[in-house]
Formats: sequence, structure tokens, C-alpha cells
Amino acid sequence: MGRITLDKVTKSFGDVNVIPPLDLTINDGEFVVFVGPSGCGKSTLLRLIAGLEDVSSGQIRIDGEDATNLPPAKRKLAMVFQSYALYPHMSVRKNIAFPMKMAGVPEDEQKRRIEGAAKALNLTDYLDRRPGQLSGGQRQRVAIGRAIVREPSAFLFDEPLSNLDAALRVNMRLEISELHNQLKTTMIYVTHDQVEAMTMADKIVVLRAGHIEQVGSPLELYREPRNKFVAGFIGSPKMNFIEGPVAAQQGAHTIGIRPEHITASASDGMWSGIVGVAEHLGSDTFLHIHETGLAETMTVRVNGEFNLRHGDKVFLTPEMDKLHKFDAKGLRI
Amino acid sequence: MARAVTTQRKIINTAAAWAVGLAIFFPILWTILTSFKTEAQAIADPPLFLGFDWTLENYSVVMERSDYAKYLWNSIIIAGGSTLLGIIIAVPAAWSMAFVPSKRTKDILMWMLSTKMLPAVGVLYPIYLLFIKLGILDSKIGLVIVLMLINLPIIVWMLYTYFKEIPGEILEAARMDGATLKEEVIYILTPMAIPGIASTILLNVILAWNEAFWTLNLTAAKAAPLTAFIASYSSPEGLFYAKLSAASTMAIAPILILGWFSQKQLVSGLTFGAVK
Repeated sequence: MGRITLDKVTKSFGDVNVIPPLDLTINDGEFVVFVGPSGCGKSTLLRLIAGLEDVSSGQIRIDGEDATNLPPAKRKLAMVFQSYALYPHMSVRKNIAFPMKMAGVPEDEQKRRIEGAAKALNLTDYLDRRPGQLSGGQRQRVAIGRAIVREPSAFLFDEPLSNLDAALRVNMRLEISELHNQLKTTMIYVTHDQVEAMTMADKIVVLRAGHIEQVGSPLELYREPRNKFVAGFIGSPKMNFIEGPVAAQQGAHTIGIRPEHITASASDGMWSGIVGVAEHLGSDTFLHIHETGLAETMTVRVNGEFNLRHGDKVFLTPEMDKLHKFDAKGLRI
Repeated sequence: MARAVTTQRKIINTAAAWAVGLAIFFPILWTILTSFKTEAQAIADPPLFLGFDWTLENYSVVMERSDYAKYLWNSIIIAGGSTLLGIIIAVPAAWSMAFVPSKRTKDILMWMLSTKMLPAVGVLYPIYLLFIKLGILDSKIGLVIVLMLINLPIIVWMLYTYFKEIPGEILEAARMDGATLKEEVIYILTPMAIPGIASTILLNVILAWNEAFWTLNLTAAKAAPLTAFIASYSSPEGLFYAKLSAASTMAIAPILILGWFSQKQLVSGLTFGAVK
């Protein structure tokens, strides 16, 4: 079981208030992603849950029990760090065995669990190597193995993929999602990468300056962002924001439209502009369009076959039902 | 582009390095050579380099006249004991400074080091009187404590720099894995810091072995280490250069051999972890 509740939790470092009073409930078995720009307090929040930092005030409950003052080891949580944090002087086997050794798990049970984890994570051939002899992806798997064998009530991941190269990151993303499907254990995952958040999460928590901006499923956040910040942060490429008379016509201070909700045409449309950089991804092309009179640059997603070049005139038409409207404070109307 | 090094330059550099190395080593070499001369040859003018009658007489006289084994044993106990005691105190101290620093940690480190800037003779009287009061004058335990104290700042500094290089996340991982503070230090920190601890131990054994001011002033006969053994050949009986050299050679031999076999550790220790 791994239901985690944060009740008016705050954290200050000296005079700097990193987390203002914050409430959050993470249900058992959920895959929750904390996402936000760097310095938003997401890692601090995770470390508070882990017990690596003490809360300044408020309460953290794990499975209904007050864990606010429990040391990390007593919280039954396992953590995977960005730097893997493997013990360099121990073999993979000993690394994985370490938490069980500390917990006093009997030897044969240790062996059984190590073999199980090694098999699940494709590490069987590497058990006697040192972490230094492994690749980044293998090291990350060892770190995950070390977390699994503890059979924790929740896993905490602190930007676990940011040290891996792009291709490996996509693979590991799938593996972690797969692991969650198998284990059905609560997972809390911190990342600054909204793609990771969107693809992995059951529930995304968007943070800014320690505040929760919005909590919801990936698609909820995508479809109904509560404010301009969330709208701009979730979705790639970023949502286009338009202010001024065009927005006023819609009865809003700012309107937002995602690149994929604009149709581009060489002949006619609502707005017009000049094609700047075109990023070809093959299946899709992202056009950066200037001189629209709406915003400095508009980004539009078009089909990969769409044939306009740098400097060409282009016409744009937004899908009116996909328009997001925000008031002067940036809140959704 | 890599810097081009011409052959000529290489030769000049090599020659210069050898010259500096020999200049540094020359006093030791001269001492060793002199120890094999007779007293007359030792003070011969012009000095004799290799062309003299090699003799072991000085060594037998020195061995006969003083109890080398006793001095050696005292040196081992004092150097080894003070280093061991220092390490036991410095590991937790350096741990807390490296991993849970406070606002004052840097100041404390500087302050500790500043005690090394004090001339030792300035505290000779208080310490001497303290030793008399405590009844530990001319005792090994007294010297172990004093040498531990004078080397402690260096031990703490060295360990601190080594510990600083250990990523904090690894210790946090150990904490998450259920290690207590003691287990964290025993299973994770110490094994990872072993190269650093080894060079620290080595350097401090050498410093303690060669320490002469306190060992000469606070000992008489019972606890006298090899420094006192050398000193006993210097003045009172006139200048017997050859015997003094023989005694010196015997005193530095153990530490020279130890240093030779642990050169690599020593260099990495002296560079204070600057070379990763």
C-alpha cells in the first residue's frame, strides 16, 4: 500500500521559502509526475516525502500514519537518483543486496529477490561487475533493481533519465512504465521534461515556485489548463499566445492556441504571415511563422508533406473550438 | 592541437629534472656515503666522494653504544599511535564538515589550520609544565597525544577534501536503503574513501616520524624515538660525523623504504585530491 498525503507542508531554507503551504494526496498505485521548470521545488518536494529533508511545518502521512518525523529508512519508500547513486566499491549483486542486508532479510530470500530483479531488468550477466564497468542505462537499471528488492510501498524517482542519451531515455521511459504496470506500486516521478510527464503519468502535478499550479491527468492538463503557465508548459511545441484586439474579440485578455490546432494553407485563411524556420520531423513539420501581427512568432504543426519554404507567405486558420481563453491574471476563462 | 615538444626541449627538461632531483636528494646521499667512511675520511678536505675505504665500523659502534631497537620501537609506537588516534577523531569530524556543513564550517577549518601557523616553541612551556603535572613527561602516551594534536588539522583537512569528492547522493541512497549513521560510515563512506584515508595515514606517519621539536623536548630516555637517537650523536662527544651519519641513516631507513613503496599513494595524497 502506498497512499501518501501532504497536509499544509512547507519548507524554508533559512529565509527562503521554497514550498509554501501545500496539500496533495497521492493514491495507492498511482503514477504521479511532478513537473515544472528548474527551481520550482519539485525535487525538494520529493526529498521531503523521502525524508531526506525535514519539513518546516505541516504533516506527511504514508498509509494514514504520520511519517513527518520518521527517518528515510523507516518510511518504506525507495528512491532512484538522477546520478544513480550506486555504491562504486560494491558489485551489482552487493548493490542490490544492500537495502536487504540493512533490513536483515535472510540470505536465501536475498538471493531469490536479487535473481528475480536481475531477470526482470536484464542484469543477470552483470551481477558480478562493478558499477564503473556498466553503461549508463545498465547503471540506471541497477538503481531500479536496488529499489525493487526492498518491496517498498512507493517508488520515488528524481529525474532518473536526465543523464541518459535520447534514444536510451525513450527505452527506459517505456521500461519504467512497464514496471509500474507489473508492480502496481505507487510511483512518484520528478522531471522537468513535459514529454516524460505526459507519456508516463496517471496524474501530473505542475509546480511553479513551490505552488501547485494544477493537478490532473495528462489529457486534462492538455485540454483544460487552469492557467497560462500550465497551458504553456504542457504540450510540445509550446502553445501560441495572442494578446490585443484579436483576444479582445473573443472576450479574453489572452487567447492560446496549440500549434496542432492551427491549419496552414498557401492560399487562404484567417491570419497571414511569413514562414521562418521550418523544423522537419518527417511525419510532421513545425513552421515558425513571423509577421502575423498577432505574436512575435507563431508555431504551427503541419503535415510532413506540406510544401512551403522560408520566406513564403502562409495563411493560418485556428480551430475555434480548441481556443483557450485567459483573463488578465492568466487564469482560464 | 597538442603542444609540440621537440626532442631538444625534452632533453633539457629531463636534465633539469634530474639536476633538481639530485640536488634535493644529495644531502641524504652524502649522509649515507659518510656513514661508510672512517671519522678521518668523513672530514677530509677536499671531501671524498666514492674513493674511500668502505667500512661498516660506524654501524657496529652505533649499535653497540645505543639501543637502536628501543628507539625504533618508540618511533613506531609514537608515529603509528598518533596517526591512528588522529584518524579515529578526524573521520567523524571531516564527515560532518563535508556532508552536514554549517555556516561556520569554513571558518572552523581555517581556524584549525591557523594553529599550524603558531610557532611550536610558543607553547613549549605550558605543554612542558602540563606534562610534568600530568606525569606524562618522557612517556610514549604523552608524545602520541601531542603529535596527534599537532597533526590533527592536516588529517582533518585531507580527509575533508577527500570526503568532499564523494557525491552526497550516494550517502542519501544509503540512508534510503536503511543504513544507520554508523553503517553509512562503515559500509559506504570509509570503503569509498580508503585511497584518501591511506594517503592521509601515510603522510601523517611520515610527519610524526620526522617530528623533532616535541620529541626532543618532551623525552629523555624512556620514550625517546629515533630523532633523539640521532641527536644523541650530534654534540656532547664532539663531532663524529661518520657515526652521526650512520645513526641518521639507520633512523631514516624505515621511513625511506616505506615512502619508496607507497610513492603513488603519497603523491595523490599530497596533491590533496586535486588530480581526479
